Amino acid sequence: MTTIDKTSSVPSPRGSDDFGGPLLEVRDLHVEFSTRDGVAKAVNGVNYTVSAGETLAVLGESGSGKSVTAQAIMGILDMPPGRIPKGEIFFRGQDMLKMSNDERRKIRGQKIAMIFQDALSSLNPVLSVGYQLGEMFRVHQGLSKKEAKAKAIDLMDRVKIPAAKARVNDYPHQFSGGMRQRIMIAMALALEPDLIIADEPTTALDVTVQAQVMDLLADLQREYNMGLILITHDLGVVADVADKIAVMYAGRIVETAPVHELYKRPAHPYTRGLLDSIPRLDQKGSELYAIKGLPPNLTRIPSGCAFNPRCPKAQDICRTDIPALLPVTERDGGELPGRGSACHFWKETIHG
Amino acid sequence: MPDKTVEKVTTATGEPAPAVVAPDSGPGAAKARSLWSDAWHDLRRNPLFLISAVLIVFLLVMAAWPSLFTSASPRDADLANHFREAPHWGNFFSPEWLGYDLQGRSVYARIVYGARASIMVGVGVTVCVTIIGTVVGMIAGYFGGWLDAVLSRVTDVFLGIPFILGALVVLNAFDQRSVWVVIMALAFLGWTQIARVARGAVITIKQADYVVAARALGASTYRIMFKHILPNALAPIIVVATIALGGYIAAEATLSFLGVGLTEPTVSWGGDVNSGRADLRVAPHTLIVPSVMVSITVLSFLMFGDAVRNALDPKLR
Amino acid sequence: MGRYVARRLLQMIPVFIGSTLLIFLMMYVLPGDPVRTAMGDQQFDPAIVASIKKDLGLDQPVLLQYWHYMTNLVQGDFGTQISSGREISDVISEAFPVTLRLTLFAFTFVTLVGLGLGIVAGLKPDTLRDRGLLLLTLVLVSMPSFVLGILLQWVALEYGGDTFKATVTDSTNFSELLLPATVLAALSLAYVARLTRTSVAENLRADYMRTAVAKGLPRRRIIGVHLMRNSMIPVVTFLGIEIGNLMTGAIVTESIFNVRGVGIEIYEALLRREGATVVGIASLIVLIYLATSLIVDLLYAVLDPRIRYA
Repeated sequence: MTTIDKTSSVPSPRGSDDFGGPLLEVRDLHVEFSTRDGVAKAVNGVNYTVSAGETLAVLGESGSGKSVTAQAIMGILDMPPGRIPKGEIFFRGQDMLKMSNDERRKIRGQKIAMIFQDALSSLNPVLSVGYQLGEMFRVHQGLSKKEAKAKAIDLMDRVKIPAAKARVNDYPHQFSGGMRQRIMIAMALALEPDLIIADEPTTALDVTVQAQVMDLLADLQREYNMGLILITHDLGVVADVADKIAVMYAGRIVETAPVHELYKRPAHPYTRGLLDSIPRLDQKGSELYAIKGLPPNLTRIPSGCAFNPRCPKAQDICRTDIPALLPVTERDGGELPGRGSACHFWKETIHG
Repeated sequence: MPDKTVEKVTTATGEPAPAVVAPDSGPGAAKARSLWSDAWHDLRRNPLFLISAVLIVFLLVMAAWPSLFTSASPRDADLANHFREAPHWGNFFSPEWLGYDLQGRSVYARIVYGARASIMVGVGVTVCVTIIGTVVGMIAGYFGGWLDAVLSRVTDVFLGIPFILGALVVLNAFDQRSVWVVIMALAFLGWTQIARVARGAVITIKQADYVVAARALGASTYRIMFKHILPNALAPIIVVATIALGGYIAAEATLSFLGVGLTEPTVSWGGDVNSGRADLRVAPHTLIVPSVMVSITVLSFLMFGDAVRNALDPKLR
Repeated sequence: MGRYVARRLLQMIPVFIGSTLLIFLMMYVLPGDPVRTAMGDQQFDPAIVASIKKDLGLDQPVLLQYWHYMTNLVQGDFGTQISSGREISDVISEAFPVTLRLTLFAFTFVTLVGLGLGIVAGLKPDTLRDRGLLLLTLVLVSMPSFVLGILLQWVALEYGGDTFKATVTDSTNFSELLLPATVLAALSLAYVARLTRTSVAENLRADYMRTAVAKGLPRRRIIGVHLMRNSMIPVVTFLGIEIGNLMTGAIVTESIFNVRGVGIEIYEALLRREGATVVGIASLIVLIYLATSLIVDLLYAVLDPRIRYA
C-alpha cells in the first residue's frame, strides 16, 4: 500500500526537535468496537501522512471510519468498547500507541488539538468560555487564573469574536453557532499545536457561516504553519482548503489524490459517485445522480471490495478479492504523484 | 415557571439511540427494532428480571391460593403454642416451621395468608393511580392553558402533603380499615406522581413532528390523543408505575405497622410486626419473619420495575 | 432573579392554603371525634359533649373553623391540646429541635455516604462494584424504615450492650441518635447513591468530556471539575427536596425509637384525633416542604447557567 507523501515543498515544522519525516504518520491502523450485534470493524488498515503546513481532507459518509481514525490519533476512543488490534500512529517519528497515558496526555491539546463538530455539546455547559479557554494555559503552562483569563480574551480576539472582553464570562449557550465554533477553534489553537484535527467543523453551521469559519481556520493554519486534518463529508468545503484528499469507505482509504486532480479525474467508482451526486447548475433539468444502496453494516462488511454491492462496475473479482490501494498512473504509465486507488478497475475508471 | 432550556436541548431527539454502540457507524448498521421488542429482548437476558419475575409469580400464587402452601389457618390460636419457637432443622413448610406468636397462631400461616392483602393493596393502588394520573396528566399536558394551570396547582397542593402523613390522617378517620379503604386512601394521595410524569411526556410528545403532522392532516383531538400521544407516553408511565408498586406495598406495611393500616380480621404483615413490638426481646421471630417477608416482596417488585426501566429507557443504554 | 423569587413566593400562598386546607378537611370532615376520643369508653352525656364542642368551636361550619384556625395560626397562636391542655406552640417548640437534630444527622449521613457510593459506582459503570452498589441500594430501598428499624433494634438489644441503645432517652446525645438517624437515612441514601451513579455515568459519556480529554487535562481535573460540576446538579436539587422527606420519615423512625420529636407528637395527636395539633405540625412541615422546593429551584439556577428565570 502506498502512502501519500508531499513533504518536499513545505517548510520544516516549528519546534525544537528536528525530526525530518512527516508530522503524523498513520500505518495500517485497525479499530474495532464490540457491540450487541458483534464486532463492528470501524477502521480496517488506514495509512496516511500529514506534514507541517499541509491540509489533508478525509472524505467519507458517516460510518466510513473517518472520525474513528481521528479519535484514535487523538487517543480519545472509548476503550472499551473500542479496541486497536493493529497499527501504528507516529507523531514526529514516535509511536503514540506505545506511549504511557501521561505522555499522550501531554501531546493532547499541546501538540495535537481537535475541533469537534457540535460545539454546543462539546463545550462544557456549566463553565464559562473564558474558564474553558483559560484552562489550557493553567493546566499546560501553569498560569494563574488572571493571566489565563487575559490569554483567553486574546484568543477570542484572534478568532474574531466581537467584544471578547465583555463576553469572556459568558456561557456556551449564550453564543451563536458560528461563534461557538470559533471558541472551539480558539481552544484548539490556544497552545499553538503542530497538528489540528477538525472533525466536520462546519457541518452544524449555516452555509454563510460555514465559509467564514473555514476561512478563519485556513488563515490560522497558514499563520502558524500547522498540519490540518479536515474530516468532512462535504466535497464543497474541501476544494478550497485542502492540499490532498483521502476518500474513505467502510474503514479503508479507497482513493488518495491531490485535491484538484481528484475533482478532475476520480480513479474510484465511489469517488465518481460522490462527485456526480453534487448538484450542478450547468446540468439543470437532468436528474440528480445518487449512489444506490446504503453504506455497509460494519459488523458484516461485504467480502471483496466493500463497495461492490453498490458499484455500477462490479465484476466477480470485486466480490472475492479486496483491492489494494495501488498507485495510479497515466494511460502511458507516466507517474501521477500522490495518487492511489483501491479499485480493481481503476484504469477503466480514470481513463475510460 | 423557570425556562428550562436544557430540557429542550436534551429531548430534541425523541427517538431511541441506535443499537450499535460504535460511534460514526451510521445508518443501516442495525435493522429497525421497536422500543417494545427491543425492551423484551433486553429483559429476557436480565437476571434481575428473571429472579424478580419468578418471585412475583410465587407471591401472586400465594395471594390467590394460600391454602396450597399451608394447611394451618392464620386465625387458629392455641395458647399452648404461645411464643413457641421454630424448630432448628427440618419440618419446612409445616405450621410450626417459623414458630408461633403471642396468641399461639402459626407465624408461617400468617405469612402465607398475609400475602393477599399486600399484593392487593400494591396492585390496586397502582392501577387506580395510573388511571387517575394518566387522565389528569394527559388533559393538563394536551390542552394546556387555564386547565393545565388549575390541574397543576391541584397537583402541587397534593404534593405539598407528605405521603405518609396524609395517609395517616385519612386512614385514622376510619375505625374498620379493609383492603379497599386502604387502596382508596393511598390512591387519593398518590396519583400526583403519575400525573406529573404523564403531563411532562405529553408535552414533549405534543411537540414531536409526527403529532404536528397528524394535526396538520386534520386528525381529531380524540384520535391524536389515543392513537399518537398515549402509546408514546406509555413507556415512562409504565416505568414509574412499576417502581411505585413496590413503594405502595411498603407504604401499606408501614401504615399497618403504625396501627392505622389494615385492621383485623385482615391478615397483614405490617400489622403482625406492630402487634409483636412489645415482644422484640422475648420472641423476635414474631417480628422479624413478617418484616423480612415485606422486604422480599418490595424487593421483588422494585427489581422488576428497575429491569423494566432499564429496558424501556433508551438513555440508560 | 428578585422578581422570580417574589413571584414564586406569591405562587406558594395558594399551594400552602390548599395543602393545609386539605389536611384540615381530612381531619374534620372524615369521621372521628376528639371529644369522644378524649372521654374514652366512659359513659357520656350527649349534652356535655355538645357544650364542650361548642366551647371549642367544633360545631361551626368547617370552612369557618379553618378560617379561624388559620388567622390564629398566622398570629402565632396554634391553640391548645384538648387532652393535656398544653399550648400546642409549647409542644412544637419542645419537639421541633429534636426532630431537626435527627434530620440533620441523617442528612449528613445521606450526603456523605450516598454521594460517595454513587460517585464510586458511576465512574466505573457496569463493573462489579457498580452492580454491587445497585444491589445494595435495591435492598435498602426495599426495606421500609420500620423493617430496618426493628432489625437494628433487635441487633442492638442482643449484641449492642451500652454503645448502641435501642431506644432514645436523651436526644441531644448523638451516639443515642445514631441508630434512628441510620434508619431515617437509609432510604434517601440509597436514592442519592443511585441518582449520583446515574448522573455521573451519563455525564461520563457527554461530548464535553471527550473535549476535556482532548484538551490534555489531567484525569483528576476532568473528573473533579468537568464531570462533577455537571453531575452534581440533579443530585444537589434532590438533596434539597429530601430534607422535607426526611422530616416526615421521622414519624416512623421516632415512633420506633421513641424519640420525642414532632413526628411522635403528630402521631400521638392523630390517634387522639386532636385536629389542632395535627394541622399545626402538618402546616409547619408543608411550609418546610415549600421553602425547600423554592431554595432548590434557586439553587438550580446558580448551578446551571442554562436556566434563567423569566
